[in-house]
Amino acid sequence: MILWTSSLPAFVPFFVAAALLPFIGARARNVVMLAVPLAGALHLAGVDSGTALRFTLLGFEITPYRVDDLSRLFGYLFHLAAFIGIVFSLHVKDRGQHVSALLYAGGAMGATFAGDLLTLFVFWEVLAVSSVYLIWARGTERARGAGMRYLVIQVLSGVLLLAGAVLWYRQSGSLTFSYIGLESVAGGLILLAFGIKCAFPLLHNWLTDAYPEATPTGTVFLSAFSTKVAVYALVRGFPGTEMLIYVGAIMACFPIFFAVIENDLRRVLTYSMINQIGYMVVGVGIGTELALNGTVSHVFTHVIYKALLLMSMGAVLHMTGRINGSDLGGLYKTMPWTTAFCIVGAASISAFPLFSGFISKSMVMTAALDGDHTVVWLMLLFAAAGVFHHAGIKIPFFAFYYKDSGLRPGEPPRNMLIGMGMAAFVCVFLGVFPGVLYAILPFASEYHPYDASHVLTQLQLLFFSAAAFTWLKLSGIYPPELHSTNIDVEWTYRKLGPRAISRVRRWLGAADGFVRGFAMGRYRQLLYVLHRHHGPHGALARSWPTGSMALWVAVLLAGTLLLYYV
Amino acid sequence: MMNDEPTRDEKKHLFDDPKNVRFVVRALAVCCALLVLADLVIHRHVVNPLESLFGFYAFFGFIACVVLVLLAKEMRKVLMRSEDYYDSVDK
Repeated sequence: MILWTSSLPAFVPFFVAAALLPFIGARARNVVMLAVPLAGALHLAGVDSGTALRFTLLGFEITPYRVDDLSRLFGYLFHLAAFIGIVFSLHVKDRGQHVSALLYAGGAMGATFAGDLLTLFVFWEVLAVSSVYLIWARGTERARGAGMRYLVIQVLSGVLLLAGAVLWYRQSGSLTFSYIGLESVAGGLILLAFGIKCAFPLLHNWLTDAYPEATPTGTVFLSAFSTKVAVYALVRGFPGTEMLIYVGAIMACFPIFFAVIENDLRRVLTYSMINQIGYMVVGVGIGTELALNGTVSHVFTHVIYKALLLMSMGAVLHMTGRINGSDLGGLYKTMPWTTAFCIVGAASISAFPLFSGFISKSMVMTAALDGDHTVVWLMLLFAAAGVFHHAGIKIPFFAFYYKDSGLRPGEPPRNMLIGMGMAAFVCVFLGVFPGVLYAILPFASEYHPYDASHVLTQLQLLFFSAAAFTWLKLSGIYPPELHSTNIDVEWTYRKLGPRAISRVRRWLGAADGFVRGFAMGRYRQLLYVLHRHHGPHGALARSWPTGSMALWVAVLLAGTLLLYYV
Repeated sequence: MMNDEPTRDEKKHLFDDPKNVRFVVRALAVCCALLVLADLVIHRHVVNPLESLFGFYAFFGFIACVVLVLLAKEMRKVLMRSEDYYDSVDK
């Protein structure tokens, strides 16, 4: 029973299933896909913390599988997210997407349980390469371009990680993945690699570019794994790195402005994803046990409610073929279940009491308060009001309520509803019974989310945010949803870069033309001179009559004679 | 599956009646008022001195959202392009 030995790495079942998938029938395929995350989670529950698989390869100590409390929690989360995502995508006929999703989930497991930087690098790249098909499978021209940009940036992140790992090995003599810190160039490179995947400000645009172009089911998987693996890597490698507090605070704030004016509702959700990851990064930066627990539990709740929101928007896209806020509205009439699930997701991301976001976000906020980071705390508070505004209200409001778009789609296929239902259940369950999650948190710290002060202040914040939205909407100040593109950092590499290149090419062309013209002119002149002297009619090429030759000889002889006499 | 045409004589839905919309708005206003008043009754424990201001969280939430929307509106003037901005080829 080698399959049940405790040192069977968690990614193996996913990769084996992905390899099997093309060769089995539809029904068996569904059974295999559902069984893999369930069996994997059960298996993980039976593995003791401290278990590790080690071998030596070319003199390097490789640890492809290492279980401790931190990686175990992420392992449970990724199994759960994979299971929900698979249920949601069972109706998809395209086998390629299923294979891609399984490989991608397996890649996330591999990276989570990687005990050394080389293994981490390998799975870092697996995450990139396996997931891009979920974008390309949409089949649109935009998806093709966005997928290509996604792939280039993700692979670049991996290359930076490898470079950092090599430097780290030369400096420390070990490849073990544990605390790295920012004190060395190696640490800087590795942090940059993590930062790209984590969507740090200015490095974030691949996320809002690619995720909304993926298939309705693909986006659900995408939202669960890549960025969260990066947060996990930050928690392990860079806890207490002060810079991350400020990076995270900026991440929490700037995307909400873009989210307010964005029309594509799945893109709104990707901006709010960066905003939520901001909280996690702040937690890593503060680095106390409470803060790190806050980060980890926020990852846990976030993956599920973000998946839920993206599933509800995926269901809308699947049923109507539209996703722009300006084209939707009034769908609650014919999609009541999807509407209800979306609202549960919205309440969770907004951190309403009794929903999952409330029990995790507040840990980071409390850690910021306790650490006397007043400005950062105010920024996070601003972001908390903002996220309710653009994700909590805007998403359900413009998709399901507001004006009647005239669209009358039915509910999505049953598997989609069940997937959303499961995620909604988890959101409410964790909100009501936070102890279940707190019990498996990796760091030792006591936290109680439900006290009168906390519930009251959070409700005040949220209700007055809702009041602001209502007032702005009724008074007509609120900006309408418009068909538009809002330029972001990607402008530099999608417009400025190509423009600069074409301009440089024009300059080079002109310079080249000038130099060539000049050279050609000289060359022609030379040819002309040569031609004049040596050409068929040139002075030096003429055939001379014999008489003139005799005359010239006579002249020469006369000259010589003359010289004799002188 | 897909049906883009609104059916002619479908049943009235919850928010087709403006009365229900008005009710929701009023309920929200009442909740807001009660929550601020609760500040007088419940003694909140405070870490940062800002928190001890009366109705701090309520005020902050409202202002934050208004500032957010007004700034975002201004951002549109700078950032907004046509929908096919990136699809069009530069000359």
